Amino acid sequence: MERLFKSEIEKLKLGEGQTFQGEGILAVTKGLLQAGVSYVGGYQGAPVSHLVDVLTQATDLMSELGVHVEANTNEASAAAMLGASINYPVRGAVTWKSIVGTNVASDALSNLSSAGVIGGALIVVGADYGEGASVIQERTHNFALKSSMWLIDPRPNLETIVHLVEKGFELSEASNSPVILELRIRACHVQGEFAAKNNIAPELSSIKKGKHPAPFSYARLSHPPVTFSQEHQKIEKRLPQARQFITENHLNEFFEGDLQTVGIILQGGLFNTLMRRLAVLELADLFGNSQIPLLVLNVVHPLVPDEIIRFCRDKKAVLVLEEGNPEFIEQQIHVLMRKFDLDTQIAGKDIFPLAGEYTAEVMLKGLVDFLGEVEPEGIDLEQTRDIAIRLSTEKEAARHLLEEPLPPRPPSFCTGCPERPVFSAIKLLKEDIGDLHISADIGCHAFGTFEPFSMGNSILGYGMSLAAAAGVGSFQEKRTISIMGDGGFWHNGLQTGVLSGLFNKNDGVLIIMQNGYASATGQQYIPSSISTSSDLPVTSSIERTLKSLGVGWLRTVRTYSVSKMVEILREAMTSPYPGLKVIIADGECMLARQRRLKTENQKKLDAGKTVRIPRFGIDEEVCTGDHSCIRLSGCPSLTVKSNPDFLRDDPVAAINEDCVGCGLCGEVAHAAVLCPSFYKVEKVQNSNSRQRFLHRVRSGIIDWLAN
Amino acid sequence: MKNQENYRPITILIAAMGGEGGGVLMNWIVNTAWQKGYPVQATSIPGVAQRTGATTYYIELLPIKRQDLDGKTPVFTLNPAPGEIDLMLATELMEAVRAISNGFVTSRTTLIASNHRVFTTLEKMAAGDGRYEEEKLLKIVKNAGKRNILHNFSNIAKENGSIINAVFLGVLSGMDLLPLKSEDFERSIREEGKAVKTNLRGFQAGLALLKLTGSSSNESNPPSIRLSRETSFLFRIQNDFPERAQEAIKDGVDRLTDYQNASYAVKFLDRLEPFRNGSPDLCREVAKNLAVRMSYEDIIRVAQAKTRAARLERIRGEIEAGKEEPVMITEFFKPGIPEICDLLPPSLSTKILKWAEKTGREESTRFEMHVKTSTVFGFLKLKALEKLRWWRPRSFRWGLEQEQIEQWLRLIVEAMKKSDEFAIETARLARLIKGYGSTHKRGTEHYQRIVNEFVKPCLAGNISAKNPQVILKNLLNRSLANPEKNDLKSALAKIHATMPSANEN
Repeated sequence: MERLFKSEIEKLKLGEGQTFQGEGILAVTKGLLQAGVSYVGGYQGAPVSHLVDVLTQATDLMSELGVHVEANTNEASAAAMLGASINYPVRGAVTWKSIVGTNVASDALSNLSSAGVIGGALIVVGADYGEGASVIQERTHNFALKSSMWLIDPRPNLETIVHLVEKGFELSEASNSPVILELRIRACHVQGEFAAKNNIAPELSSIKKGKHPAPFSYARLSHPPVTFSQEHQKIEKRLPQARQFITENHLNEFFEGDLQTVGIILQGGLFNTLMRRLAVLELADLFGNSQIPLLVLNVVHPLVPDEIIRFCRDKKAVLVLEEGNPEFIEQQIHVLMRKFDLDTQIAGKDIFPLAGEYTAEVMLKGLVDFLGEVEPEGIDLEQTRDIAIRLSTEKEAARHLLEEPLPPRPPSFCTGCPERPVFSAIKLLKEDIGDLHISADIGCHAFGTFEPFSMGNSILGYGMSLAAAAGVGSFQEKRTISIMGDGGFWHNGLQTGVLSGLFNKNDGVLIIMQNGYASATGQQYIPSSISTSSDLPVTSSIERTLKSLGVGWLRTVRTYSVSKMVEILREAMTSPYPGLKVIIADGECMLARQRRLKTENQKKLDAGKTVRIPRFGIDEEVCTGDHSCIRLSGCPSLTVKSNPDFLRDDPVAAINEDCVGCGLCGEVAHAAVLCPSFYKVEKVQNSNSRQRFLHRVRSGIIDWLAN
Repeated sequence: MKNQENYRPITILIAAMGGEGGGVLMNWIVNTAWQKGYPVQATSIPGVAQRTGATTYYIELLPIKRQDLDGKTPVFTLNPAPGEIDLMLATELMEAVRAISNGFVTSRTTLIASNHRVFTTLEKMAAGDGRYEEEKLLKIVKNAGKRNILHNFSNIAKENGSIINAVFLGVLSGMDLLPLKSEDFERSIREEGKAVKTNLRGFQAGLALLKLTGSSSNESNPPSIRLSRETSFLFRIQNDFPERAQEAIKDGVDRLTDYQNASYAVKFLDRLEPFRNGSPDLCREVAKNLAVRMSYEDIIRVAQAKTRAARLERIRGEIEAGKEEPVMITEFFKPGIPEICDLLPPSLSTKILKWAEKTGREESTRFEMHVKTSTVFGFLKLKALEKLRWWRPRSFRWGLEQEQIEQWLRLIVEAMKKSDEFAIETARLARLIKGYGSTHKRGTEHYQRIVNEFVKPCLAGNISAKNPQVILKNLLNRSLANPEKNDLKSALAKIHATMPSANEN
């Protein structure tokens, strides 16, 4: 695991009268414990990884409370865990990154929702949407609608978020339905505070076990014929119960305002952005008091018609702020206006952009346009327009400062990353045998799609690369190469890719990046991780698994051996072997390795043992400044600097002090026959007297020879 | 409902790159504010855990203590807005400019930025100089905000063995922008308990920086590897050549004396004769490129560079090795048949190369060598190669290079008839011929193609272009920008298709 969460675990132990200060997603975690959750599961992914990371490390606290924690192998396995709450009055929570995780989980979620729950079932999703997002931009709202799960989108302050975690369980139990709590990226990472409460040990738990399994009840199965009555129950029974609970517990919030003719209905998650924009327009203060009345929907599904009608009645116009598309809330409100025969004008996506995040700028422009259209009394329209124009003019002026656009700076493979050499090898192979169809995947290796490699024809989801190449292979002369991480392999590539490929005699090439962790999300352990903290054997080895599945062509290559990798790749591309050819590219995640080495080396140094620290360098006199090494590597520590040689104009390559001595420079220089400017240098620390003597003799002779 | 000026939070945006500790910096500020009872909120979009990508952190802090707010709770926003940032921190020059061009640095903003560059991959990839013009970036940064503090914070961090985030915290804490004192920040570093010593060093260095007045940074020029001046040539250079070219010529003479011997340097001067009375700029450009071409890279040259007396000291400095600390150095060589043939007599080389081509060994046969130059034996191997300098003029490659150089010089003289500018660009084409192995081969091919399909047709009047030097410059830049992705062919075809032939007119 990348981080140790010692101080965070301490925060989870806080009780009545103390103040929790920390990150949003940790506040959710604390909320779960305060609500007496019995079991927790999940699959890592930004922005919710920390929830499971912290809980899996908080073993003492968990066993004290009796909370069972699982690091599931994918979101479907996490979602299915909630099945415990179908038959037992226990609270369970699971978490993942949405939309992708919800997609993977959706089968189990449909079945769960149909059967219904008696213990609270809460799904915490991090909506990876908008700036900083790493996945396709879709809404989770659809899933809530289609499966009759309730969707909470709380105001993004810790007090409200934690309150709604607790209320979410109650809502789930009151309406026998699973509840989704959705948090945006910035809300997950927000640093804030709330008044803590004591944790509650669940009634049924790993330390208070039940004696009797639940009695057989066909009604709790999502299996025909009860699925037909379950569909009716969702609409006729659970939905009204949910609405009643929402109303009675005031989960949605009405904010009064001086202006009577207009109002705004918004998703809770947009509250803070809106309040600041109103404050900038001098229509609100810093403490949540707005001149325009607001209806803040902390629960965005189901809507409560009475609340909507109560808010819209007697208003000339109401603006609906709903991020993403389609605009489900706005559409429902339109229907309600029609049904209840209100002539309140409803504005929304006709003024705001149909797609994309509601950033501060988008929100400001939309508000000014809305007010300009409605012209409510009591607002100085000219002033609001002036403020907006002043801000956008400043922004425009800034944009024009640049003559040419700045190059982007996307994330990239870390210095010394074991996956980079594989792309160097593929690039070399391509120079030799021509372009190839490359099926990319989710994981750190997706950075191979950026410069300097620019490789990958499609990304179809986590662990999906091989499956995505199945069709392509049938009509391409050359074999396809699919790239998959070990994380993706265990997540589902094993089944959807390898097994299906074997079953259908896929002739392609699969490279599995075995770096030992789910690295992109923070180095969580996976079934093939070698635990450094204990001597336990790995749960499953990838190589063994592949063999037992029936993979007949299998090679394991150390990733940094670029020449070898090119050779094996060439063999895989040309071998007469007809079936799936799998190459395990083996190399431990460098971040994890460096963290380990740092401790190990320190121990050795303290014990007086010799430690060699390698680094690479470049002779600037030998470098001709053609940078082919950079085009084959892209390592952050391999950079350029002005040529010290006055006669040459082009900058020379240089290696900075971040170099971890992974050796790729030398390997690439060799494999590509690039140039002899690279050298490796090792500092021998804690050298013994023999080494030092030898060093003195050598230096003496070399000095004499050189001069 | 007026938004009273008192009730406005201070807004802070941090632009950093993964691995620089931007998140830790954010937490130090937040924790300090909490400690002192100020309402504060911060958030970020770090996304994936990888390093080097650009990312931002956003903080809002109300400079009124919680106890003075009569129980009211401020609503902080999570999204920074253009035109509304009070304090912008940027850990790198281009990221500072990115923030500026996104409207986050305006008349209300104090900008604290590091003026060092971390190049993006796209900038580093070009075979020529793909770096964004630093002057342009600096100009934008210097004029930004109501106040700005620019310094090489990266260097300060390195000098103090800390990470750049601690230096920024130090600068920030000394600026009186927040209602927090430097000892409050210092306490946060201590209480966090991670790398306290180095963080405090960085913090103190940042704080001390502010006390220096006029702390604009003037980077010293990169260390030069100029060799000692060959004084005996000075007279001829000063008498015969335009002043503008003299510096380059002196460097060239030194370089070639070191590369081969003094008579080779004389040859260099002789070769420059046709250009002495023409445009000084052309003379300078030819001198620079000629010196580089005449000192082409071969095994002997590499051995020479790697056995210089000063090299070992330089490398020891790079890794900060103590005087007594042993250092091991490994060199990576992989000469093939062509590289070895470079050094053999022409008659033998031609035969071997023919055989190698026929048997397909020209590319495939390579001799992988890891030479440890920190051992006496390893060093001797290279020193022995270096001593082969006397043989070089009898080698196969020598003849080849001299012939190609003569051709190139004749072409430049031809080009002078068209214009000096055209001749300068023709001289600059030599920049394409560099590197080793396949890189060298590809560069030479590109060079030949441009010469045969553009320069020569231009000179022969088969292509008439208004500004041939501009086209030539573009062709060179295109070729350097992405040498593996060869779109030179199509570019040349396009020129041929659109340029009217002078003869037809």
